[in-house]
Amino acid sequence: MQTIHKIKKIIRETPKSVSLILDGKITYQLGQFIMLWLPGVDEKPFAISYLDKDEFRVTIEEKGNFTKAISNLIIGTQIGLRGPYGHGFEPKDNSIIVAGGLGMAPAIELIKKVKNSTIIQGAKSKEFLLYLNDENLTKLIEKNKNKIVHCTDDGSFGIRGFTTQVLKKLINKQTKTVYTCGPEVMIKKVFELCEKKKIECQASLERMMKCAIGVCGSCVCGDQLVCKDGPVFSSEQLRKMKDFGKYARLKSGKKVALSEYFSYRDQ
Amino acid sequence: MINTTFCKIELQSPLVLASGILGTSVDIMNRVAENGAGAVTTKSIGPIERQGHNNPSVIEIENGLYNAVGLPTPGYLNMGDELKRWKEIKVPLIASVYGSSIRDYVHIVEYLQKYKPSIIELNISCPNKDDGMMFGASPRLTSQLVRAVKAVSSIPIMPKLTPNCDNIGRIAKECEKSGADAICAINTVQKTIIHPELKVPLLAYGKGGISGPIIREIALEKVKEIREAVKIPILGLGGITTGEDAIEMLKAGATLVGIGSGVYSRGIDIFKKVNEEIKQIMKKEGYKTLGEIK
Repeated sequence: MQTIHKIKKIIRETPKSVSLILDGKITYQLGQFIMLWLPGVDEKPFAISYLDKDEFRVTIEEKGNFTKAISNLIIGTQIGLRGPYGHGFEPKDNSIIVAGGLGMAPAIELIKKVKNSTIIQGAKSKEFLLYLNDENLTKLIEKNKNKIVHCTDDGSFGIRGFTTQVLKKLINKQTKTVYTCGPEVMIKKVFELCEKKKIECQASLERMMKCAIGVCGSCVCGDQLVCKDGPVFSSEQLRKMKDFGKYARLKSGKKVALSEYFSYRDQ
Repeated sequence: MINTTFCKIELQSPLVLASGILGTSVDIMNRVAENGAGAVTTKSIGPIERQGHNNPSVIEIENGLYNAVGLPTPGYLNMGDELKRWKEIKVPLIASVYGSSIRDYVHIVEYLQKYKPSIIELNISCPNKDDGMMFGASPRLTSQLVRAVKAVSSIPIMPKLTPNCDNIGRIAKECEKSGADAICAINTVQKTIIHPELKVPLLAYGKGGISGPIIREIALEKVKEIREAVKIPILGLGGITTGEDAIEMLKAGATLVGIGSGVYSRGIDIFKKVNEEIKQIMKKEGYKTLGEIK
């Protein structure tokens, strides 16, 4: 059954996303997800983008009905939560984290756990780079001798270009693992690059989530369940997942091309 | 030791993946087969594309699950290569079908013939659809439906019955008289649960059905009632999560035992685990075949 959490703070992050600071303690493993429930609207999966002793942060992109409703909430509203669920990241030092767009959200807790690693954060333009002015994040990165490289499609901040182009330059034999989260088209390219260089990849995927506990079959990707076997998958799993980078299922269970799924989901 | 026959179909295990659980794709059903299921059931296939209910649609409760997924389906004409790929499934396949009218069921059952599922399950008992249960609770409509479907099917027909009625034995009898080849029971038990703090229904649909160990005794009682009423074989399910549970279901009169919510509590390899537990109990109690368990 859902636990109830109060919204303590709402932070506008980008023109299309907000962060909610929710009260309460959560036992959470890196990369897991939670189901947020807004009674009368819907219940959807999200990453925890920062965890503290008695509060946590969830960053939400305003896309569909649910996320638009959630970004219109006021401080003090109670929302329901199930989870955390799923299988997450295994942190290793000397790695690279590739985060595209909102994919930066689940990367924050990972940054706390890895050392001597590089974060490649990409977005379409400067205003869409999450947590760009977050001093906590800057401190966090410095503390573990990590560094961050920004890139934007339009060159308005950092390097002009895609995360994958930066990764191509930075990946080398010393890279222990490449972690990635963001648009699946990007993830697929990151994975292919890792395969070519024979470096382990851990990727966080998303599919249409209903039960979140491995029974309804809504989030299948090949023979894997994103909610239970994932959302973070290893190279070994990704190699076998026939639908990865190609197909996803709509709410009805209809199998469609990935692009159709994402445009459906964003309605 | 645990192989069995059901409607002349050979199975390596009496355990069946229940409809509504994981049966969205050939790949995931094959994974269930590799994990020890004797047969697998598809998610119920309906007449037209249907999204099902909003979330929360499935939720954990004490001793079980509570759901109103609302029969999502791409629609039988909209299943892409899934139907053609059914032949890749390594164990007998049960195709579950639902409709809003007898005509719906007939069309779908007729269409599915060429894809040769081993059995067709008629889901006439989903509590989470406004018009889904009228068949399952009415002996007359159930009888009409089974006759109509039998007329177009050379594949065995197995209606899935609801426990949310007081005459399950009579409905089963009507199914048998109308030509049904087997009975599947039970579907979830209807309930409304309210969130204790927020005072709103736990599920988006408002009401739903409970499953898992919390309904096991209801399931056993209903299967016994059906056993007394009919001679055709029964796929018994409801709250089965261990070998001991499965044996009890067989003793209640079932030939096959379905597992659904158990996938949540014990994982996808629950079928393997329960197969082993059944074998151990059989050894201990001196059974050589499943048929001896009565």
